[in-house]
Amino acid sequence: MTAEGLVWGYIYPNEAEIQWSILIVLYPYITGLVAGAFIASSLYHVFGKKEIRPVARFALLTALAFLLVATMPLLTHLGHPERGIEIMFTPHLTSAMSGFGYIYSFYLIIVVLEIWLSFREDIVRTALNSRGWKELLYSALALFSYDISEKALHDDEKLAKKLAIIGIPSAAFLHGYVGFIFGGIKANPWWSTPLMPLIFLMSAIVSGIALLILLYIASMKIRKHAIDHKCLHSLAHYLWVFLILDVALELLEIVSMKYESLEEMEIVNRLLSEKIATTFYGVQLGLGIFVPFILLLLVGIMRNRETLKMILISISSIFVVTGVFAMRWNVVIGGQEISKSLSGTMTYVPVFFSQEGVLPAIIILSLPFVILYVLTRILPPWKDMESTE
Amino acid sequence: MNVSRREFTRIGCRIIIGAAAGTAVVESIVTNSAAKENPPKGGYDWNEHFWGYLVDTRKCIGCGRCANACKLENEVPFDEPVYRTWVERYRIIKKEREEEVIIDSPNGSIDGFVDDIPDEEIKKAFYVPKICNHCENPPCVQVCPVGATYTTEDGVVLVDYDYCIGCRYCIQGCPYGARYFNTEKGTADKCTWCYHRITKGLLPACVQACPVGARVFGDLNDPESAVNKVLDIERINVLKPDLGTKPKVYYVGLDREVR
Repeated sequence: MTAEGLVWGYIYPNEAEIQWSILIVLYPYITGLVAGAFIASSLYHVFGKKEIRPVARFALLTALAFLLVATMPLLTHLGHPERGIEIMFTPHLTSAMSGFGYIYSFYLIIVVLEIWLSFREDIVRTALNSRGWKELLYSALALFSYDISEKALHDDEKLAKKLAIIGIPSAAFLHGYVGFIFGGIKANPWWSTPLMPLIFLMSAIVSGIALLILLYIASMKIRKHAIDHKCLHSLAHYLWVFLILDVALELLEIVSMKYESLEEMEIVNRLLSEKIATTFYGVQLGLGIFVPFILLLLVGIMRNRETLKMILISISSIFVVTGVFAMRWNVVIGGQEISKSLSGTMTYVPVFFSQEGVLPAIIILSLPFVILYVLTRILPPWKDMESTE
Repeated sequence: MNVSRREFTRIGCRIIIGAAAGTAVVESIVTNSAAKENPPKGGYDWNEHFWGYLVDTRKCIGCGRCANACKLENEVPFDEPVYRTWVERYRIIKKEREEEVIIDSPNGSIDGFVDDIPDEEIKKAFYVPKICNHCENPPCVQVCPVGATYTTEDGVVLVDYDYCIGCRYCIQGCPYGARYFNTEKGTADKCTWCYHRITKGLLPACVQACPVGARVFGDLNDPESAVNKVLDIERINVLKPDLGTKPKVYYVGLDREVR
């Protein structure tokens, strides 16, 4: 790739190569989906929102499916993936990045435990009612403990709630922390803001809820089961509320930046008008927030017409997950398209076939759906709902 | 569940204590400052020195010999856009109401500069050599997740190539664009102030190559050093002082346009 034509003004000679590629766009996108899905599930598990129950367990599986691939874009990107584990053995604690291994592992444990407790009754029943390899698999999953007395299940539920209570701040921390990785870089005026963790968190929650909505509708359609509209509307309602928080923070950030107009504003303005105008104003704010905000508002005031509402909610959710991807792109790539000399811009040109190209990004982003399919085969998340219906 | 709450807590505590002890043991075996605890040998005592660098922008003629010498000395790839030091040219163009500033550093200045704007259009022009600032408060060291980049006792910021995982966070963290990714090593890379030379009493290659003395290197601990002699009498500045990085590359004659 030649620098000619991709550079405007003056960039430091070492800045000709963009260091963090599309894979690093995926990393906050995926962890955001994880955090969002988990928080959606805790609306039921912690806050007792009964209407969310149909998707509560599915949300946990979704969180796990995405969490399992969250490290992949990072490891693929490293110059020395085999040394990546050093971040666990010898973390350099002044680095915002050094906590990643621990926060990630801690959160993984919480999610796995939460899933185990939520599914334990089903696991034990399947173990007791099957033979052969299936019996063995589910007995192992049950950790060879078959107590599903009322008291035991009650204890499970209490513990699950406690775990979810720990899980919420962990999810918030996992993702807010990703925001800090960018927000704490004083060298980069487009990244350096204390609002970054909060912006990341809010966009994480909206993306997670939107993804959950889409996966829920898709699963029900594929399985030819009726959609629980009460649950869907409730999710749409939370999506709408968090969209407001999200847009408030994103606008606050950009407005105060423009209003204060510090030295770096000239180049940031250029970034916004020349480099990421479409993805920022068009996709991130317009398509990703404004349009779904209006559509979901319509859903809120509309009466009956469930199918139309479902379509509007689906469209909103597609826009939201797209908009949040654009947001990650605008932060990660946008921030690297301005020179730290504040005198020029560069252009990121994604390559398709390369270690850090679009192809591995597509593969990594497809994997969670495969994992989720497998997970739902092993631990059917709908069972408890549909058997009590 | 079969496990009582008390039992659960007890097992939990044991796991936590075990994990903490395990971490401590691992940490005592694998330390992330292996390179830092391995000072240079051969009679050089890094506690006796504290290096500093000075650039007199008024003297620089933009010949680019420094940048060339650096690439040769440190085997920095010539065919890649990566540089440990470079020279920037600032040309302030006469305009009716406001000035236009044109900055460039073609190929990191290793081949020098070409005059492509007529002299009469230029109001003012000057060169600014750039190099890693070996900050006293280096953001690159702060952000390295494994401690692979570190500050030596004599004040030089280095990369442990056997330790760096290649995440490039340091490249993002450096406000000066002084770091680059070494594709051959798969690690971050940067200026070392020619550590292999200065620990033998030699000057960094760029300082050695400068024909006009625009680049000065010396021991800040030594009141008679070349750097201190200029610092004692000149008004000096550093790049981006507001970022609090405390650079140890000092500039004489720094224009407001330079960042």
